[in-house]
Order: sequence, then structure tokens, then C-alpha cells
Amino acid sequence: MARTADADFKTRLQNWIPKLVLSPTIAMMAVFVYGFILFSVYLSFTDSRLLPSFGWVGFENYSKLWRLSHWEVSLTNMGIFAALYILICTAIGLTLAIFLDQKIRGEGFLRPIYLYPMALSFIVTGTAWKWFLDPGIGLENIMQSWGWVNFSFDWIKNRDYAIYTIVLAAVWQTSGFVMAMFLAGLRGIDNEILKAAQMDGASNWNLYRRIIIPQLRPAFLSAFVILSHLAIKTFDLVIAMTGGGPGRATELPATFMYSYTFTRNQMGIGAASATIMLMTIAAIMIPYLYSELREKK
Amino acid sequence: MSAATQDTAIRTGRVTRTLIYLVLILFALFYMLPLYVMLVNSVKPLDEITGGGMMNLPQEFTIEPWLKAWSTAQIGVDPTGLAPYFWNSIKMVVPAVIISTVLGALNGYVLTKWRFKYDTIIFGLMLFACFIPFQIVLIPMARMLGLMGLAGTTWGLALVHIVYGIGFTTLYFRNYYAVFPTELIRAAQIDGAGFFQIFWRILLPSSGPIAVVSVIWQFTNIWNDFLFGASFAGADSQPMTVALNNLVQSSTGVKEYNVHFAGAILAAMPTLLVYIVAGRYFVRGLMAGSVKG
Repeated sequence: MARTADADFKTRLQNWIPKLVLSPTIAMMAVFVYGFILFSVYLSFTDSRLLPSFGWVGFENYSKLWRLSHWEVSLTNMGIFAALYILICTAIGLTLAIFLDQKIRGEGFLRPIYLYPMALSFIVTGTAWKWFLDPGIGLENIMQSWGWVNFSFDWIKNRDYAIYTIVLAAVWQTSGFVMAMFLAGLRGIDNEILKAAQMDGASNWNLYRRIIIPQLRPAFLSAFVILSHLAIKTFDLVIAMTGGGPGRATELPATFMYSYTFTRNQMGIGAASATIMLMTIAAIMIPYLYSELREKK
Repeated sequence: MSAATQDTAIRTGRVTRTLIYLVLILFALFYMLPLYVMLVNSVKPLDEITGGGMMNLPQEFTIEPWLKAWSTAQIGVDPTGLAPYFWNSIKMVVPAVIISTVLGALNGYVLTKWRFKYDTIIFGLMLFACFIPFQIVLIPMARMLGLMGLAGTTWGLALVHIVYGIGFTTLYFRNYYAVFPTELIRAAQIDGAGFFQIFWRILLPSSGPIAVVSVIWQFTNIWNDFLFGASFAGADSQPMTVALNNLVQSSTGVKEYNVHFAGAILAAMPTLLVYIVAGRYFVRGLMAGSVKG
């Protein structure tokens, strides 16, 4: 009797250990991720300013937020930035991947060069681009010293064009990564289909347009999801390059949230903007993760 | 992985091939440009930069900007250079990387070999946590660190990085252990091996590559973080990225571009070295975070 009870206890313990091991993580997730999300969402419905406060104000912060020109500028910039960033990264990534896939000598040399920006901090690359694009010492000055006296390039200081310099730096940072995603996709395509199509006399152009690119659908989807979530989270790069300026020309939702919460003491509005950012990302990520995890089964 | 066996069998003419090489090389130059700019300008006197010579190789070679960036440049109010902040980053990164990787390994083991009801949902919730915009947790986290007595400390920052890094480390180990033969584990169980014995003797010895992926990914991400550092660090626990930003944005005195560039390379050095030494593993981590499986 005693022996079986003992064995019983042992198996029961064995059944509990896995859950015990997982429990610190589950507890951290419950508090630091989902608890905090609820707390922030709750704050967005309160009159919090410098410090969290619990006076319920309903949707007031949201209606204030949508009337702020500052928020409107951030959203417009986000639209321009995200659209160009995703489009250009995808175009460059796909082109480089297709070109690299043509049995290129030196592929092993080129690939790491395309990818190293991903290993750098946005503050580092932001610093490099900030000074390289600075009209006083950077590109404009260089071209003028090379003899193009009338050359002018002051986008980073120009309210109408500064956002495009952020696009440039962000594309520089991530397009190599997109290339790697497409290259992995290309390398996974079955060669037999390609050989058959070539026998039928398909031109290279048609081969890519009709057969290869359609097969890269999963890579396109991943690239889109990853890039759009990176776009919405873009923060460091703007801080390092322009600090949101000139004026508000490069403000994005992430920088808006930061300045309203921590420097303008409008925590309720800051929390409301963070909630909107979260909902946008959730709308993209949840269906994606759901389908990825389902496929596994 | 070898390119030769994966031949896509596209026939290209000589002109097309030249064009392809040209484009590939032009892009390589584009990617190298900022690194080149940082390197050459970090070893020149300031007047060579301001005189329109940013692209030129240094006429007068000097390591003065590096020394200044490291030990005497004005960061915030003190002329300490970046050195103390470099050590802050190290003190934050090392425990955060180790703890998040260990937890990730254990989680991955449980989620693949000790499956229970709703484990996929739990994993999904962990995974989603990697992608949330961290703005949504900044306010409560600041308060929580205060309540825990960790506000403005390196340990507080390390804790933050552990919490938001676990999703990725778990993902790596889960995907890695998923293809590990479960029969081996059942057999060991029948022989009476317990939970930790199985992990220690059977899974861990073959986990080398994925542990490297996880460590490198966490190291790079945590070292490069700016948002958490800027939000939660105190004056004496700021990480390298925050200090570099303070150096570059400071509006007092002459802008010493050469010192800024030297500082930027100092901040980039650790992750760049890791990339040069173990780039393969870094790319693997990058890909696992996007195209799973």
C-alpha cells in the first residue's frame, strides 16, 4: 500500500513539475504583459496627467486625441513612412534575392554585407545618417566640394521632405533582412517545375512572373507582417535622426506617445495613443500568428 | 544550404549578368556607406570633416576622437565619456541574456515534450507579447519598477528585458525541440528518468546551436534597445545607446562630429563583433522570428 501511494505521489509530482517550470513565465506574462496592457487601456479612460489617476472620463482622451493636430501629423507621417518603407524594402529585398540567386560568384561575401545593418542599433545608424545627410557637413557639402557648386540636399532639415530621410535610413537598415527572407523562399522552390517550364520555352521574365514569384506568397506575407510591425514601432531612428522635427515633420505615433506621456504630462492621452498602436499591431499580428500556429498541427 | 545544389537553372546572357553584378555591387556600396563614413571620420581632426571632406580618407590620422568618446566626452552633465555607460550595458545584458535563455529552454522543453491542454494558446500569448508596441507597457512598468524598488537600476532594466525577451527565446527552443524525437524521451521516462534528468541528459547536450542563436539574438536586441533604457534608466544606469544619443544631441559647445562617429562605433562594436564571428546564428535567429519552421 505504502509503496503504491509513494509511487502515486511521484507520478503526480512528475505531472506537476512541467507546469511548475512554466509558471514563472506565465506569471510574468500575466502581470507584465497582459496585466499592464489592461492597466494602460484603463488609464486611457481616466484623467491621468503627470501620474496615473483613476477618475473615469470615458472616451474623452480619445476624442481629444483625434482633435489634436499633433496626432494627425503623426498619423499622416506614419502612413507615408509605412507605405514607402514596406514597398521599397520589399522591392529591394526581392530584387536582390532574385539577383543573388543567379549563381553569383561572391554570394557568400555579399550576403553578410546586405545583412549587417540588422545587427546595429538604430541610434548608431541614426547618428551616421543624421550627419551624412546634414547639409552643413554631409552630402550637400561633399558634392559642393567636389565641384557641383549648386548641389543642394537639405531634406533632413526641410519640413516637407524630412520624413523621406527617415524612410531612407529605415530601408537601409532592414532591406537586407527582407532579401534574406525572399532568398530562403527562392531556395525552397522545387527545381523540377522550373525545368519543365523552361523546356516549354518560357522566358526568364515569364518564369519569374508566372511561376516563381507566385510561389513566394508566404515570404511576401511574412515580410509584410514583419515590416508593418517594425514601422509602427519605429521610435529610436526618429529620435536619433531628427528628434521628431523639424517642427513636427517626423513625429510618429511612438514619439507622440512618448512626449505626451513623459514630457507633456498628458498620461491619459498618451495611454490612448498607445492603445491605438496596440490595436493596429494586434489587427496584423493576431491573424498571422493564429495561422502560423495552426499550420503546425 | 549549399547554393550549388539549389540551382534555379535560369539562363542569363552576358549583358544581363554584368548588369546583375553591377546592381549587386552598387547595393553593397550603399550598405557599406554609413559604416565607411563612421570609420573614416572617427580618425580625422574636426576641421577635415567640416571642410567638406566627409568622404575623404583622413589626411591626418588621429585616435584622439576615440579616446575622447571613450573617456572624456561630455555626456549629460559629466565629462565621463562613454566608458561607464558601456559597462552599464554589459551589466544589464549579461544577466538578462542568461536568464531569458535558460527560461526559454525550459519553456520550450515543457511546451513540446510535456504537452498539456491549452499549451498552444499559452505559447501564442507568449509570442504575441514579443510584438506588442512597448509603449503600451511603459506607464505601468515605470510604476511597477518603483514599487519593486528597482526604479532607475540596472537590475530593473535587466528584468524588463527578461520579461519581453522570453517570447523569442521560448520560440527558438520550442521549434528546435519540436523535431527532437519524442520516443527517446518516452524511453527515458520508462527507465525512470525524471523531468530534469531528461532535460539535462538528453535535450541539453544537443541544444548547443539553438542556445547560440538565442544568446546572440538576445544580446543584440538588448544591447541595441533604446526605448526601455531611455524610459527606465537612472542617471547612473543608462545603457550605451542612451548615452550615445545624449552625446550626439547635446547642444552645448562645438559639435564634434568625429567624436560622435567614434562613439557610434563604440556602441556598435559589441554587436558588430558578434555578427562578424557568428553571423550565421544571428541570421538564423532573425529568420526564426519571422518565417517560423
